[in-house]
Amino acid sequence: MEIVIVGNSAGAIGAIEAIRKVNTTLPITVISEEPYPVYSRPLISYLLSGEIKEDRIFYRSKNFYEKQHIKTRLGRTVTKVDFEKRKVELKDGEKIPYDRLLIAMGGIPFIPKIEGVHLSGVYTFTRLDDAKKLLSILPSVQRAIVVGGGLIGLKVAEALRKRGVEVTVIELANHILNLTLDETASLLLEKALEKEGIHLMTSTTVERILGDRKVESVHLSNGKTINAQLVILAIGVIPNVGIFKDTPLQIDKGILVNERMETNLPHIYAAGDVTQSYDKILKMVRPLPIWPNAYHQGKIAGYQMVGREEYQYEGGFTMNSIEVAHLPIISIGLTQPPSEDGYQVFKKIDRGTNTYRKIILKEDRVVGAILIGEIDRAGIITGLLREGLSVKGFKKELLKNPFGWISFPKHLRKERLGKPK
Amino acid sequence: MKRIFIKEEVCMGCRLCEIYCIVQHSRSKELLKAFKKENPRPLPRIMIEEKGSTSFALQCRHCEEPYCWEACMSGALYRDEQTGVILHNREQCVGCWMCVMVCPYGAISRDLREKKVASKCDLCGGKDPPICVAKCPNEALVWVEIK
Repeated sequence: MEIVIVGNSAGAIGAIEAIRKVNTTLPITVISEEPYPVYSRPLISYLLSGEIKEDRIFYRSKNFYEKQHIKTRLGRTVTKVDFEKRKVELKDGEKIPYDRLLIAMGGIPFIPKIEGVHLSGVYTFTRLDDAKKLLSILPSVQRAIVVGGGLIGLKVAEALRKRGVEVTVIELANHILNLTLDETASLLLEKALEKEGIHLMTSTTVERILGDRKVESVHLSNGKTINAQLVILAIGVIPNVGIFKDTPLQIDKGILVNERMETNLPHIYAAGDVTQSYDKILKMVRPLPIWPNAYHQGKIAGYQMVGREEYQYEGGFTMNSIEVAHLPIISIGLTQPPSEDGYQVFKKIDRGTNTYRKIILKEDRVVGAILIGEIDRAGIITGLLREGLSVKGFKKELLKNPFGWISFPKHLRKERLGKPK
Repeated sequence: MKRIFIKEEVCMGCRLCEIYCIVQHSRSKELLKAFKKENPRPLPRIMIEEKGSTSFALQCRHCEEPYCWEACMSGALYRDEQTGVILHNREQCVGCWMCVMVCPYGAISRDLREKKVASKCDLCGGKDPPICVAKCPNEALVWVEIK
């Protein structure tokens, strides 16, 4: 049996490591458009800021593929999958046969249809080559515009600021990180970012990017024009499903998969940002483009491909950990309840120390949380949400810091931490 | 393989496990030097929780399917293939706190002394039993063979 994996990031590695736990010899081929061994995409902002050097961007050791007996086709583009003949077709003409295929092609940046997006000096920021390109042009950049105040936008803005660039973040919503945080948390962060010298403009958007071949300025919907030599589009990522349009593969926004990570086609699996997953908090299927979900889905796909059917996807939820402007921020699940009905919210804020803690419950179960500043032991809260455990009887303890297993009912603690029976 | 479990009924909250964990992870491996000479002082990889007369000491469970490993985006967390122990490479860590966010035991802490990195139990690099178990005067930490 031949396994082929298209993609070479968290989903692909999750699959490889699961397969190799069960079977050390099965032939596996990894194909990726990028020429690099697996690296961490989230770390490209650390490379841009200078916090790490390029050698540390790599996610696994240099001899990973060799050690795991993986054949690679790196720097090679897949143009088509022939589902009938079971072959992956590459741009250079090579056709690679498979018995099981994992599609883990990730996401691609969303490019808005505005005037000037094709000018030189307009970039997106999701790949290592993006960071390298930016590093090479940095000396000629004094002012930059980051379009989008999401996770990527803020990380790139901070990195550019650390390099001495004047940065303005343009956000369409009235607050930054509006999908991740609530208003209180966004305000805390906005203040901290401004203290770092990062300019924020909310409730506005870039209408036109102006320049003659090269970016010279941007024109905003609020009427203002700002000069800049660099524009970074960080509006969001969308599943990279382009080559599967008009094929029998079932796609909504991303590839649809079941709890075994199987697509609608036999022997074809998908994992990570290219898919749409079941969000067990929102109880709907939607893209969940976060690293842990990609690795986890890849792992399940890997196990499934080698017959370990007991590993199934139980649904995910969004969660993010980010540190910007010296503020560690963790957000989990639903951070803003859609209505007051049926939700219970506990909050604690200290503006002096920039700490904030918010826990959202529904029917005595954690459905979301925001932690800023004091984030220690956040995983216990994530665990409560993941398992849907009732917190009746120790709800208010969840707001405390330090918080820990001591707050749990004794029987639960003994079951989890005591000697297994 | 063996793992550490807690018997909270017999924990006295004496914190000897924590003290010897610090010594074990110091450069000198000597009590006085570790506490008085090493600056910054090494961090304990064990967490003591205490409330009223209840106390216990908690460290990484070295899960079979670790959430921390799945979430670690820098590649700093890895599994020792022989022992199954989940280890952490400080050099590779960028302090993104993804592991802190997902560990259901809350067993990974933040080392903010110099470069910001995660910090966790390494089962004393193969010491049998680990120092916290060995130094517990009342067997509140037990070293048990699992499957």
